[in-house]
Amino acid sequence: MTLKDVAEILEADVIADADDLNITIKNACSADMMSAVLYYHTPDSLLITGLTQPHVIRTAEIAGIKSIVFVLDKKPGDDIIALARQKKIPILCTRFCMYTASGKLYAAGLPGCLFK
Amino acid sequence: MDETIEGSFQIIGGNFANAGEASMQLKSKLVELGIDEAIIRRAAIATFEAEMNVIIYAAAGRLQYYITPHEVTIKIDDMGPGIENIELAMQEGYSTAPDWVREMGWGAGMGLPNMKKNSDEFKIDSVVGEGTTVKMIIHFS
Repeated sequence: MTLKDVAEILEADVIADADDLNITIKNACSADMMSAVLYYHTPDSLLITGLTQPHVIRTAEIAGIKSIVFVLDKKPGDDIIALARQKKIPILCTRFCMYTASGKLYAAGLPGCLFK
Repeated sequence: MDETIEGSFQIIGGNFANAGEASMQLKSKLVELGIDEAIIRRAAIATFEAEMNVIIYAAAGRLQYYITPHEVTIKIDDMGPGIENIELAMQEGYSTAPDWVREMGWGAGMGLPNMKKNSDEFKIDSVVGEGTTVKMIIHFS
């Protein structure tokens, strides 16, 4: 699905350029522990997290994650938004909790990260 | 690329604001050299985990890398507390990180296993009270 689809399903606020909404998301992982993200993610995935720290953006860049969803209406600070724009990683903010956001996306056909 | 390309970074313990800078610079260098994307990702993840370990546990550390036409070698040595039981520390999920580190999203006990998972060769030496040295080699083919 596209990032636009993700934004609509999660009724999310989008912090991104319009073109970014056309990117394709192949799968998703939900985590607050960044080491778990680095261990279990697959490239081109969506990260769903409640953690709003600058190193979430850096983790996403290192791991090749396409976009980040912040749950529970958490608003990232200006420093995080600036870093995300610099790294070209679009951000979405949803009022849903991590469980519900993950469930809604899974039900809409977005699978979890596949790893061995 | 015929010669070895080297780089070195000082890492300051507790400096979360710059976490990932060394890894990003290594990643950029590998991209410049046209290395395969999947290999770059492995090198970047292994380096990032090593960098975070220094920031979380040590007073300071040094990260060095050496890129040859065939592989990248990443060496990290820190002035940290050392690891008492390396075998235990290599187990997935084992962590001695305090709560404040976990609240920042680290300390899941996946760092060392993740470094090993993303390396073709992995070596760790540690002396309690002195520090830890990690050497990782990732082959390009």
